[in-house]
Amino acid sequence: MKQLVVVGNGMAGVACVEQILKQRHDFEITIFGDETHVNYNRILLSMVLAGEKSADDIVLNDIDWYRTNGIRARLGVRIENIDRNRRVVMDAEGRSTPFDSLILATGSSAFIPPIPGVEKKNVHVFRTLDDTRALLEKARKGSRAVVIGGGLLGLEAARGLQLRGCEVSVVHLMETLMERQLDPTGGAYLRRKIESLGIRLILPKQTQALLGNGRVEGLRFASGEELEADLVVIAAGIKPNVDLARRAGLDVRRGIVVDDHMATSDPRIHAVGECTEHRGQTFGLVAPLMEQGKVLAAAITGNDGPSFTGSASATKLKIMGVEIFSAGSIDDSAPGVDTVRYEDPSLGVYKKLLLKGNRLLGVILVGDVSEERRYTEWLRQETNLAPHRQRLLFPPPAEDAGLEVAEMPDSEVICGCNGVTKGTIIEAIHASGIETLSELKKCTRASTSCGSCTNLCEQLLRAVIPDFQEETQSTLCSCVPFSYERLREIMRGQQLKSVQEVLNVYGNGKGCEVCKPALSYMLDMLWCGDHEEDRSARYINDRVHANIQKDGTFSVVPRMRGGVTSADELRRIADVADKYRIPMVKVTGSQRIDLLGVKKADLPRVWADLGMPSGQAYSKGVRMVKTCVGTEFCRFGVQDSTRAGIELEQRLENLFTPHKVKMGAVGCPRNCAEATVKDIGIIGQEGSWQIVVGGAAGKSVRKADLLITVETTALALEACELFFQYYRENGNYLERTYDFVERLGIEKVRKETVYATDSDKKKLLSRLRRSKALSKDAWLERETPAHPTQFVQIEVMER
Amino acid sequence: MSSNNRWIRVTAIENVPLLEGRSVQIGRREVAIFNLNGRFVTIDNQCPHKGGPLCDGIVSGTTVVCPLHGWRFDLDTGLAVRASLPACVTTFPTRVEDGLILVDIDHGSRIESEETAA
Repeated sequence: MKQLVVVGNGMAGVACVEQILKQRHDFEITIFGDETHVNYNRILLSMVLAGEKSADDIVLNDIDWYRTNGIRARLGVRIENIDRNRRVVMDAEGRSTPFDSLILATGSSAFIPPIPGVEKKNVHVFRTLDDTRALLEKARKGSRAVVIGGGLLGLEAARGLQLRGCEVSVVHLMETLMERQLDPTGGAYLRRKIESLGIRLILPKQTQALLGNGRVEGLRFASGEELEADLVVIAAGIKPNVDLARRAGLDVRRGIVVDDHMATSDPRIHAVGECTEHRGQTFGLVAPLMEQGKVLAAAITGNDGPSFTGSASATKLKIMGVEIFSAGSIDDSAPGVDTVRYEDPSLGVYKKLLLKGNRLLGVILVGDVSEERRYTEWLRQETNLAPHRQRLLFPPPAEDAGLEVAEMPDSEVICGCNGVTKGTIIEAIHASGIETLSELKKCTRASTSCGSCTNLCEQLLRAVIPDFQEETQSTLCSCVPFSYERLREIMRGQQLKSVQEVLNVYGNGKGCEVCKPALSYMLDMLWCGDHEEDRSARYINDRVHANIQKDGTFSVVPRMRGGVTSADELRRIADVADKYRIPMVKVTGSQRIDLLGVKKADLPRVWADLGMPSGQAYSKGVRMVKTCVGTEFCRFGVQDSTRAGIELEQRLENLFTPHKVKMGAVGCPRNCAEATVKDIGIIGQEGSWQIVVGGAAGKSVRKADLLITVETTALALEACELFFQYYRENGNYLERTYDFVERLGIEKVRKETVYATDSDKKKLLSRLRRSKALSKDAWLERETPAHPTQFVQIEVMER
Repeated sequence: MSSNNRWIRVTAIENVPLLEGRSVQIGRREVAIFNLNGRFVTIDNQCPHKGGPLCDGIVSGTTVVCPLHGWRFDLDTGLAVRASLPACVTTFPTRVEDGLILVDIDHGSRIESEETAA
């Protein structure tokens, strides 16, 4: 067998080896990597920094892959020299490994500009998993991080550090961010987006020196100003790693010079990836590297294959909510170039196409990248755009959802990163019996790099497999077009803590009466108190803690736990009714008393005079526990439902939920407090409690499902708490428990609440406890209003 | 005809919080003042549908949504947006001076239109 040695265990080298494995070959393969890690997805390092993915999530080829394919992996071993005469490579320890064929995939490293002070402590680059880990260690909450370089990598690093709690500034040499991909207008749009995230941008600014005694303490600019810093990240570009090739006497310019079949000046030695230079061009993006890998695999195995012509480069910024796409040429000053532009400043959308004689030359998309694929295809195919000229900037009218994939030719590339075509995917689905997206990923590698083709892959799966199952996710609202699950993920992952921030970054910046209260709820549920509550995003009931009535007055329902009251409370209620001339006092269906027709301005004094906490009768939150008299007085009662109900109400009161939560506790199966048609009910029987959930007796009538039967009251209350918190975390806003339970199915609900592992149960409960500890009786705002004019009508100063 | 005294000094800008409304009685009119990111606008407080207090509505862009039945009004024109029937509320010239909100209550305008805004 012939010896194939690959120097470099990065994406380009390993992708090429994967292609070789697909061909007929008689190689024994050894891969050297100077990093100690298996091949990982370098593109996603920014997501590791941001905490959206773990180091394990970005592994592309685990150690089993090397093993099963019979590849010798020599990790943490650096090749120092190539002896072309003896055909061996030599590592740093002086050991030599013979080769018949050699592939150089040495990649590139961070370019470090010659600034005095770059050797200081806490000055980092951001290129490898180890760099990322080092940064994660240094990034402390509140520390001041400065990123030098406002290109793709610099901005992604900046956002990652910011999500780790750093105060981040980006210093950029040029007037425009990402100036190699964006024109000044696009750069200005990007600038606004980045600034709206709270990242400070300093540009154009040349860094002259890094200051500090041993450890970096700041930067000095050429203009003389200084900026303090605890951490500096240099992201000023990359340079191909060519030292090894140069020492071996290969033809090297900026990169290792290769021909159309990826051969270097020595025909036994090939090169692939960011270390190469092809027709004067070097590469820093994944798509051309994958293409190179295919070309090289065919060439080295002696199979007929395509030649590399250099593909159009496309760039996409991977900061959630900051959508940037750029491909092809952005130079609109060339003769004969037409530009077609569209912009909407308030939506932050900017699109620009460069055309020459009905062919697309380049494209810039900011804020809306939904048409990215169409443009990439036009670039790649050099499509004649004459028939599309009227609608270049807008999507063709959607006739049906599956049409997009149906109309694609089999040769169309679905996954641009890994160069997987529609035909390949369909073939794989049939040949390997693929049924899920993750199987598809494993088999074809589609959608494993940047992930932006996930939707298309799913569409294909749906089209080809008749009973393809996917989780149905409806979007919250056209203002923020994401599913609830995704939004919760985003808020948690991106540490978003205000409604406006979510709307600015992920939505239209405005929001409406549908999404604002929903986002308010989600933020409250996730952060409970540890976030910026935005009253303007809440419905009036939750701004003034009372229920608005048809005439604009409010109703007031004090908490009366378990429906149990006292003569004292009743007397105070009566006095309040008199004093404020309350037009109606009514007993509600929830065993409480409703004071109707209260003026907004009277609310704080009414609450004070009542001296009772809020019954939350106005909110999507915990309403009450209706109880029967249980064992205390009833001659049939077998469980103390009154006490259990009061205790349950106390444990959950003041918390918000996706929709109102009404509960019931009954002491025997006669069910006098109707627990079987409540959101949560506990039904006492001889020696045990039944816990039922998802009941309804409103717009719909539904008998609750049995969640579990338990022996003790303590366990009964815990089961209620588990379900309650599970609903809080997974229910969609305005989804009552009866819809929630039906959507998920009671088996799943059981499995993830009462039948969950002890540690998962503990986690659910501890999140509930934390929220509960931070919650408070809303009516205390009578003393400390959220705003001076929260309850009052403004008086005119003068007439 | 234009004199400064047509403007009524209503209240300090701090009294109308960001993206919320507050009602105020000016003479015989009850109006709602909204704070649209530092720009203030004034409309009739009463929803023409069933009299809901518009000051208590959620602001969405430059519109407000009545808290009772969800009718939506453009705060600049007063026109109902996407309503089943054409409707409008009066809008009043509003400006800010020395940190105070000034409203010209006598020069309100209504756009009576046959069509509803899209």
